[in-house]
Amino acid sequence: MIKGLFDPKRWNALFQAFPEYYIPGFLMTLKISLVGLAVSLALGVVFGLLSTAKFKPFRIISRIYVELIQNTPLALQVVCYYSILPMLFTNTGFRIPKFILGVVGVGVYHGAYIAEVIRTGIEAIPKGQSEAASSQGFSYLETMYHIVLPQTVKIILPPLANQALGLVKNTSILAMVAGMDLMYFTDSWGSERGYFAQAYFTSAVMYFIICFPLARLARYLEIRSMKLPTAKRLEITADEEVA
Amino acid sequence: MPDMVKVENLKKNFGDLEVLKDISLTVKEGEKLVIIGPSGSGKSTFIRCINYLEEPTSGKITVAGTEVTKKNHLELAKKYSSMVFQQFNLYPHLTVLENLTLAPIKLQHVPKEEAKKNALSCLERVGLKEKAGNYPIQLSGGQQQRVAIARSLCTKQPLILFDEPTSALDPEMVQEVLSVMVELAHENITMICVTHEMGFARQVADRVIFMDGGYILEEGTPEHFFDCPEHERTKAFLSKILH
Ligand SMILES: Nc1ncnc2c1ncn2[C@@H]1O[C@H](COP(=O)(O)OP(=O)(O)OP(=O)(O)O)[C@@H](O)[C@H]1O
Ligand SMILES: [Mg+2]
Repeated sequence: MIKGLFDPKRWNALFQAFPEYYIPGFLMTLKISLVGLAVSLALGVVFGLLSTAKFKPFRIISRIYVELIQNTPLALQVVCYYSILPMLFTNTGFRIPKFILGVVGVGVYHGAYIAEVIRTGIEAIPKGQSEAASSQGFSYLETMYHIVLPQTVKIILPPLANQALGLVKNTSILAMVAGMDLMYFTDSWGSERGYFAQAYFTSAVMYFIICFPLARLARYLEIRSMKLPTAKRLEITADEEVA
Repeated sequence: MPDMVKVENLKKNFGDLEVLKDISLTVKEGEKLVIIGPSGSGKSTFIRCINYLEEPTSGKITVAGTEVTKKNHLELAKKYSSMVFQQFNLYPHLTVLENLTLAPIKLQHVPKEEAKKNALSCLERVGLKEKAGNYPIQLSGGQQQRVAIARSLCTKQPLILFDEPTSALDPEMVQEVLSVMVELAHENITMICVTHEMGFARQVADRVIFMDGGYILEEGTPEHFFDCPEHERTKAFLSKILH
């Protein structure tokens, strides 16, 4: 068994297959992760803001989205988008392109988690902040933009980096519906040749290459968010000094 | 003198709790009004109705001749009123200088350099010019409150609302904040202060009102108030806070 792991013949086969299987898989995973992250951030910000709105229907809409997504498995959601959603609109056997499917799958899923991260981030800002803003004449959106969100960002960056990390790993669910991602190509080459150890070890390394920097980033942001600020040096010009 | 604030039959309920039952009051331009009263008597609620931090249940509030409504309160705040809070409510993500220039630059469209210059001169007035580049968290409570007062000055509204500006401070810091407020009182700014600092009231108030149970029970000059109050409740309250 252990002999198989180090068998040069098997590794050679893997290197042969690398450009055809692992490169496109890796690129697809990377692309889905990047665009999926953008989608999840956009959804997260919108639904996060809605969940703190004064207008109750907004809060309810946001709640429904978050609860539906958080309380069903991602695998099931992806299968729904893949095989059930198209049936609602057509019966020609149309399938959503794999890239879009991946982006929607992880984007919608992590969007719900990010909405929660943003909601708790906003709620962590004391009410006195928006009262001070309102007493100066800032509107709701101006208050969010200039006062609340900049403070929220500092709190939520570490959990957001963790969401990004989770998102990359969760793209592997797409393999279930032949998602053309890294996991899919790993499975397909591995079972084609039977060289599972080589197949999965290589795949693990490639996921690690994306995820490890993200994990470090999350940790760095966490440490940074706990640091107290240092004073800014002002360039006070000579005439202000005199005045 | 024209009226700065006119309050007519103001009522405010929180659910079933009637906090303000029937308040009518006129404050002239440049007048210094001190509001005293026991805890829970509705002083904060009253002063917060003036800039619409609380929405009145009924009655009418006019600031500088314009009725305050849900629609126009931000406009009115920009032009006519600012507020100093018990908990300071400085923006922690901004430096002292940026706290002062945010509203002038973003809301009043003052050019940056001019806003900065003006902010520094406001800081000088509260004796904190050298703290311009610091973050609020690096200042003592008394210094933070002086910055908050400078922030109010910086936006140049003719009315400043103070809600117990010294009651969150350590005793040794109360005086530095009161001195700044006494300085301010020499100007034509209209000041409405909820405070239990009787020395301050005696020194600067044109008029003192005593609130209890959602009504204004008694009003008069500081001399009248402290030397020959009429109501039993006023007497009892004063004897309590004056020991
Ligand atoms: N947002 C709110 N929701 C419900 N009840 C409130 C709210 N704000 C104030 N109250 C209640 O209204 C009453 C008056 O409160 P208010 O803060 O105006 O009193 P106050 O005179 O300022 O007291 P203090 O001297 O303690 O600051 C209190 O009974 C308080 O519990
Ligand atoms: Mg109060």
